Amino acid sequence: MRRVRVKDDALEQRMFLQRSLVAILVVVLITFLLVGRAFWLQVVQHDHYLELSLGNRARIEPLPPNRGIIFDRAGRVIAENTPAYQLELVREQAGDLEETLSHLVRFGLLDPGDVGRVRQLALSRRSFEAVPFLLQLNDEEIARYAVHRHELPGVLLETRMARHYPYGTIGAHALGYVGTISEEDLARVDRELYFGTGVIGKTGVERAYEKNLLGTGGYREVLVNAEGRPAKLPEGVDAQLKTRDPLAGKDLRMTIDIELQRVAEEAFAGRRGGVVAIDPSNGDVLVFASLPSFDPNGFARGITRSEYLALTENPDQPLFNRVMRGTYPPGSTIKPLMALAGLEYDVIKPEDHVYCSGSYSLPGSRHRFRDFKREGHGSMDMENAVMQSCDVYFYRLANTLGIERIHDSMTRMGFGLPTGIDIAGERSGIMPSPEWKKGAFPRKEQQVWFPGETVIVGIGQGYWTATLLQLAKATALLATRGQPHRPRLVSALVDPATGQVEQKKPEALPRIELKNQANWEIIVNAMVAVTSGPRGTALRVGRGATYSIAGKTGTAQVFSVGQTEKYNEKEVSERLRDHALFVAFAPAEAPKIAIAVLVENGGFGAAAAAPIARAIFDAYLNKAAP
Amino acid sequence: MIYGELGDSRTKRTVTGMARLLRALRLDGMLLSALIAVSLFGLFVLYSAAGENTSLWLNQLARIGIGFTLLVVLAQVPDHFLRMLSPVAYLIGLILLVIVAIAGDVGKGAQRWLDLGVIRFQPSEIMKLAVPMMCAWYLHQRPLPPSFRDVCVVMLLVLLPVGLVAEQPDLGTALLVAASGMIVLVMGGISPLYVAGGVALIGAAVPVAWHFMHDYQRQRVLTLLDPQSDALGAGYHIIQSQIAIGSGGAFGKGWMNGSQAQLEFLPERSTDFIYAVIGEELGLLGLIALLIGYLFIVSRGTYMAIQCRDAFARLLAGSIALTFFVYACVNAGMVMGLLPVVGVPLPLVSYGGTSFVTLMAGFGILMSLHSSRKLVG
Repeated sequence: MRRVRVKDDALEQRMFLQRSLVAILVVVLITFLLVGRAFWLQVVQHDHYLELSLGNRARIEPLPPNRGIIFDRAGRVIAENTPAYQLELVREQAGDLEETLSHLVRFGLLDPGDVGRVRQLALSRRSFEAVPFLLQLNDEEIARYAVHRHELPGVLLETRMARHYPYGTIGAHALGYVGTISEEDLARVDRELYFGTGVIGKTGVERAYEKNLLGTGGYREVLVNAEGRPAKLPEGVDAQLKTRDPLAGKDLRMTIDIELQRVAEEAFAGRRGGVVAIDPSNGDVLVFASLPSFDPNGFARGITRSEYLALTENPDQPLFNRVMRGTYPPGSTIKPLMALAGLEYDVIKPEDHVYCSGSYSLPGSRHRFRDFKREGHGSMDMENAVMQSCDVYFYRLANTLGIERIHDSMTRMGFGLPTGIDIAGERSGIMPSPEWKKGAFPRKEQQVWFPGETVIVGIGQGYWTATLLQLAKATALLATRGQPHRPRLVSALVDPATGQVEQKKPEALPRIELKNQANWEIIVNAMVAVTSGPRGTALRVGRGATYSIAGKTGTAQVFSVGQTEKYNEKEVSERLRDHALFVAFAPAEAPKIAIAVLVENGGFGAAAAAPIARAIFDAYLNKAAP
Repeated sequence: MIYGELGDSRTKRTVTGMARLLRALRLDGMLLSALIAVSLFGLFVLYSAAGENTSLWLNQLARIGIGFTLLVVLAQVPDHFLRMLSPVAYLIGLILLVIVAIAGDVGKGAQRWLDLGVIRFQPSEIMKLAVPMMCAWYLHQRPLPPSFRDVCVVMLLVLLPVGLVAEQPDLGTALLVAASGMIVLVMGGISPLYVAGGVALIGAAVPVAWHFMHDYQRQRVLTLLDPQSDALGAGYHIIQSQIAIGSGGAFGKGWMNGSQAQLEFLPERSTDFIYAVIGEELGLLGLIALLIGYLFIVSRGTYMAIQCRDAFARLLAGSIALTFFVYACVNAGMVMGLLPVVGVPLPLVSYGGTSFVTLMAGFGILMSLHSSRKLVG
């Protein structure tokens, strides 16, 4: 049975009142719940959230340290930091990135070859971050930017400290350079240390002493918003931001004399080659020149692709460090050392005569090892053999000594071993021996040592290769009569804040003791005869000098001459001509400087290389006492 | 003392003069004062939340003007006219929702807006009022408590627009529209058994709802359970707003001094998350003041509903008052990490014209219903 319901307003009103009271009760309860939650967050958990909010508002902005300054031995600045203008790109403000890039190219502010690199750089950063792309603008570029500024939205001109090398190309191979940090660089350093630093030492002293030069970065907390952009709190609100000042890197004092270096480089007069000058008393490298050189400012400036290609594709290889990475046959420059070995092993006496007929053959062989002087030198004693650079004398001596003894004594002189100079990348060259040959060739038949190979080692040819640095070190060893030092380019570190100087002690290597100390003088006298004796090969070099020079010329073969041919300088193309070498020290009785020079494809050592050494000697020894 | 000096009569005359004006305009002075007070509080907070963007603040000021004007206008409408209008408004709203579903403008990745050339508006806003009106209209002619059949019809009337709004997808508005309809049912005297059954049904529907949810909606639910799981994505809002509120402490960091808000760590700080700005800058004190304001508005609204003369007026007025509270607690709950992030603005405070104007329209209707009680015996 269905009940019919009618509307009863009084009942409905009563019910509504009830429901309303319940609803208000629920509302009040929920309000308490909300207040309770707010209380939990704001009172109970307040400290926790306050800390979180403080962490939210500060971002650390790096303050890069000033890189240490580099001085030469006389205190002249050769690497410094100068305020420079740089162009930075802020993608967000640039609007159309492609248009901005093409404008930059059109206005000559961006190399066309670098467009891709800059685009990638800009896209890899957050849109509001400034990406430096052209460092160290010159006045002309600044002017061009100023003229076209309105057409370059998002391109900003900023100042910052940049590396500058006031002497430019001079000494660039020793000094090295800094450049923008690459992925490779980041793999070998602690990224943290480079927070905010854009450059790193790439070669030379700049790289080897990177840790000292870099300094310690500082930071500054900046107030930022959630997107990481600098923000400002309303006036009067203390943000309590922290700052730590950066600590500048150590200044370096190099052993190079930059003016002497200039003399040396100018003496090359545009020819290729290298020269090292060492103070034999402590191993200080006074001159370290590899020519042609390059301008390290290009790298510090952020080298463009086309500039870099121009350097790497230059057939003269300006970036190649000929002093310590170039390995050349030492040629006749090692004859004094060979003579010394002969005396030491007692296989020859200074007064023993050898007849030079213009060639030498091993017993039972028809192969003729030729002397550079076709008609022969005649009867030679040791001094004459060194002075006139008689090949036959040393062919014979080498054969008498045997390769094992040559290898042992030359290794003692530092050949085939790194010199231990304080910059990275030097090569060791090859001091050959039967043992070495076994490791150097894959096939059995190639590994056999032939007696003829010993013969040519006697005049610094064959498998024997050496760096200029090794030759200079060996020459310094003769100069000190047996006391070698590790060559070095840096003599002291200076803390710029305190002025405290940390001198690096010269590192003396184990002294070479001869059975008979008088043998040193025999060899030195023979070398003095080279520049002053009646038939000395470098007679012209010694002429007019106020000091005595002990030297030895050398010629390193680039092109082998057949058995019956005669080497004719004019017929051989310039690139295939012999390298000219000269090693010397002066004054012979109390040496202050030892030098090894190489002029690539310079021909005969005395003519091309020796005058360079003379120019350096004059500049160094004749200058007014400091 | 001052009143004494000026003379009792003058003060009394001013007060009674004001009361007479309010009565003539069919307005409730207490409710209006509370609404104005909370709106001014909102403007004060918005000034800080908007940062340097003063045009945003001026916009809101203009909308508040429009809102209160609409309130006064709607208060003049007689209740029988409102009753008559109810099915029409509901039908128009439903049609507009369908149109939006088919050809709506795409705004914020969701189809909500209808572009009428002159104005763009969200038909779902109409439904916030049209749905309770329709429900009240349907129930007032029938004996209460409603029969099972009536409950089913009302449910249908509610779920149809709610489904369309949720599909847009605008979960927040859908929730509020559903709440406004359900409140009519509850206030209409629906049996507590139905309520319990409904809750059970909702519980059972969760897996089903999950299935039909949009990815971003699911994400919001998951994020609520563990905000840290996606600290830079979906959880970012919740984490940042809790940091803002928590770091505010009992007394706040001071107006315009909230680092979370001023440094833009707090997302949507002038709209849905403005509650966190209050918490950060004005502290627990500010939040309690706001909640007291809300509590007063709801209580006064409900009290006015009780006084209404017929079922339609009572049900509609009660729904308007209580739905207002649902707005407030959903927003506060979401900002404080108690509820999932659904796009519900903080009533009377958040920047955003449509929501404010709709609320004011609702209170205008409430005042009309309340005033109508004395005019006819």
